[in-house]
Amino acid sequence: MKFLEGSMKQELVKFFVFAAAVFTAPVFFKGGYIVNVLVFVGIYTILAVALNLLLGLAGQISLGQAAFFGLGAYISGVLTATHAANPWLAMVIAVIAVGIIAFVLGFPILKLKGHYLAMATLGMGIIVYIIFNETVDITGGPSGLSGIPNLSICGIIFNTDMKNYYLVWSFAMVTILLSVNLSASRIGRALRALHDSEVAARILGVNVRLLKVQIFTISGIFSALAGSLYAHTVQFISPASFGFNVSIELLTMVIIGGLGSIYGSFLGAAILTLLPEIFRTFQDYDIVVYGIVLIVITMFMPGGLVRGVPLLARFLLAKVKSGLPSEKRV
Amino acid sequence: MLRIEDMTKTFGGLTALQGVSFSISAGEITGIIGPNGAGKTTLFNIVTGIYDPTSGKVYYDGKDITGFPPEKLARLGMVRTFQGIELFGQMTVLENVMVGLHTRSQSGIIASALKLPAHLREERHIRERAISWLEFAGIAELAHLKAANLPFGKGRLLEIARAMAIEPRIILLDEPAAGLNSRETSDLALLITRIKDSGITVALVEHDMELVMEICSRIVVLNLGHKLAEGTPRQIQEDEQVITAYLGEG
Amino acid sequence: MELFEQLLQYTLSGLSTGAIYALIGLGFAIIYNSTSIINFAQGEFVMLGGMLTLFFHITLGLYLPLAVVLAVVVATAVGALFERLAISPLKDAEPIILVIITIGGSILIRGVAMLLWGKDTHALPMFSGNEPIILMGAAMMPQNLWIFGITLIIITANRLFFHHSISGKAMRACSFNRVASRLVGIDVKRMMLFSFVISSAMGAAAGIIIAPLTMTSYDVGVMLGLKGFCAAIIGGMSGGMGTVAGGLIVGVLESLGAGLISSGYKDAIAFIILLIILFIRPQGLFGKGEAERV
Repeated sequence: MKFLEGSMKQELVKFFVFAAAVFTAPVFFKGGYIVNVLVFVGIYTILAVALNLLLGLAGQISLGQAAFFGLGAYISGVLTATHAANPWLAMVIAVIAVGIIAFVLGFPILKLKGHYLAMATLGMGIIVYIIFNETVDITGGPSGLSGIPNLSICGIIFNTDMKNYYLVWSFAMVTILLSVNLSASRIGRALRALHDSEVAARILGVNVRLLKVQIFTISGIFSALAGSLYAHTVQFISPASFGFNVSIELLTMVIIGGLGSIYGSFLGAAILTLLPEIFRTFQDYDIVVYGIVLIVITMFMPGGLVRGVPLLARFLLAKVKSGLPSEKRV
Repeated sequence: MLRIEDMTKTFGGLTALQGVSFSISAGEITGIIGPNGAGKTTLFNIVTGIYDPTSGKVYYDGKDITGFPPEKLARLGMVRTFQGIELFGQMTVLENVMVGLHTRSQSGIIASALKLPAHLREERHIRERAISWLEFAGIAELAHLKAANLPFGKGRLLEIARAMAIEPRIILLDEPAAGLNSRETSDLALLITRIKDSGITVALVEHDMELVMEICSRIVVLNLGHKLAEGTPRQIQEDEQVITAYLGEG
Repeated sequence: MELFEQLLQYTLSGLSTGAIYALIGLGFAIIYNSTSIINFAQGEFVMLGGMLTLFFHITLGLYLPLAVVLAVVVATAVGALFERLAISPLKDAEPIILVIITIGGSILIRGVAMLLWGKDTHALPMFSGNEPIILMGAAMMPQNLWIFGITLIIITANRLFFHHSISGKAMRACSFNRVASRLVGIDVKRMMLFSFVISSAMGAAAGIIIAPLTMTSYDVGVMLGLKGFCAAIIGGMSGGMGTVAGGLIVGVLESLGAGLISSGYKDAIAFIILLIILFIRPQGLFGKGEAERV
């Protein structure tokens, strides 16, 4: 009993510390350009967490997450820019619509496993991308869709980096909290169980098929939410932001951070969003770096940075200690 | 309680089972033995919903359950363990058993994500029950070890504790003594007997004859996909066909 | 053009691209059969074939046949290197790990290609001139004949190798049972390397023969790879005539769809076919084997 409360308390403390850091950061950065970048970090964190629930927890690989991201963005964008709908209403519609699509697609797609699942989700992602490009009348095609309004509450319009930061990160924190809770619950255990041994999970009564579809749907819903936020903060969207390169980037973020680690997803999102900004001149090298990072981390640091760095630190520390023999004699 | 009727299973050109029929009575320990390749695990896989039979039926409490998937059978009170133990390696010993309590709990996604009070109460209850099952199997002190790091014998006990957590009416054990030393095997015998004494029907596929003769009240012998004999341990020991089939085997 | 001639035109051009998909699909099947891995980077070898030939022929000014040979050799070397460094050490890992590694490899190769040769599309010169050949009212480029011819040669060589040579049969044995193969003395690691070598060579060849017709750039690998995978799936991953049929089917349907319905959705056609097959009959139209419940 004590253990349960203890680990829950631990999680809550972690969450509040993180939340405090998130909410005080812009003040610390005095609202500079970096706040703009951090808005994107927030959006990609939501996406990475969504993928992590699917891949890290449940072990189901998806290379088509950008499709849900894009659908969320375009449904919100089209409803508000072309049809002058209320942005919040549009967001709700986008999220529900994508949830339904993910649920329906989930049944046939998640019957597949491993490579086949990867290919199917990749194919799905590309089909959606092509649809964005071809339905020019609705989406504006390759030239994109502009004129998407900002969100607003009670007269406060989210039209500056600072305001968007708090908007996006509020949603991100909610997503993180829900995901952490889900992970450490009966459902989270069932998901990890089906990841480790699907047959044993079924033997114990876990409805594996339904659970996979449910987590796929949740992942889609979070991704659509990120898409909607993206549309309203950037006010212009084009298919290029939702191609399969983005799905690969998300995969890299999750791998870097550590499969199954929710906060690791934030780390991955932060690294992959901030580094290209810092190393502007090396813009073109980004795909090479992703490729190398994916391979190296998968080979040598399977737990991602979240688990690998502490291990590495401990390892190095031990090496340092053993190199100082005189210390032993006290 | 469990009746297998005219069970036949072919894989391409190979006939694993041919017209096998027998019953398992409630509250007893029934052993299923036979030389390698006799079709014992195939039979288990069909009964527990992992394979479909080519023909034949399985009845549970008189109800036809042929072809029911494993998750449905779990809710009807049937559970099994695996020859090669299928633990949730990346989870702790305690968490493994907690998954076993999945069907004995119901917090859904929303309640879990929001950590509603009912969910929290249920989590506490799941944890307590899981610990008591670990104690039942005698491995409570290993609760926080990662399951993949367990020595083989303890892993077997964990699998049994986890299976018991669904509060089954019948448990099918697939070669539970495989890989155990003689001390571990006698501990296992005691555990299985305690399971039976608590009112649960046990069926076990086994190669360890001593164990089978000691704890089973009824034995079914399979050979090359056919049922060879059925009876009490004494009857089986004296059956000539069985002796011939096992010539050279322990 | 009348409808018949149009259909013939589309079908011919579809058979041509279909042949390429067949070659790529065979590459997938060969690796899968020896290693149980789906090599996501397969498409990149196709890209390398075209791009390297361009480099050797145009940038370095080498004689075209020499450029072709060098391109295949270099692409094959890259494939072998990839197998040795990134695949072999992890061959017993979970499928997800291998999927991620091959994805990483594909991105890496693509990224390096982009750095070396930029993002532009280039055209490789036709092997034997630009005069179209008219056949029953439909126009065909000589390049199409090269494609059919070379594909036929490669497929025949493939079949001869796998069914009539010791190494080939050894590789097939690995696909049926790795442990048993090792027990009879087959060097499984070498077979794995071999499968990557053969697949990358075939992929590169496919990329080279199609490049004059469809332009090449650093990112053609993704689409071609996926479509080739589609061919492999239709063939049930068997690596035989089923895969070839699969490639041709995808190519022709794609061409007909693009011509008759809409050219913008051309790429989507192959992927829709892929999804339909994966959903309804993942063992392929020509594969055998029951789907396992567990």
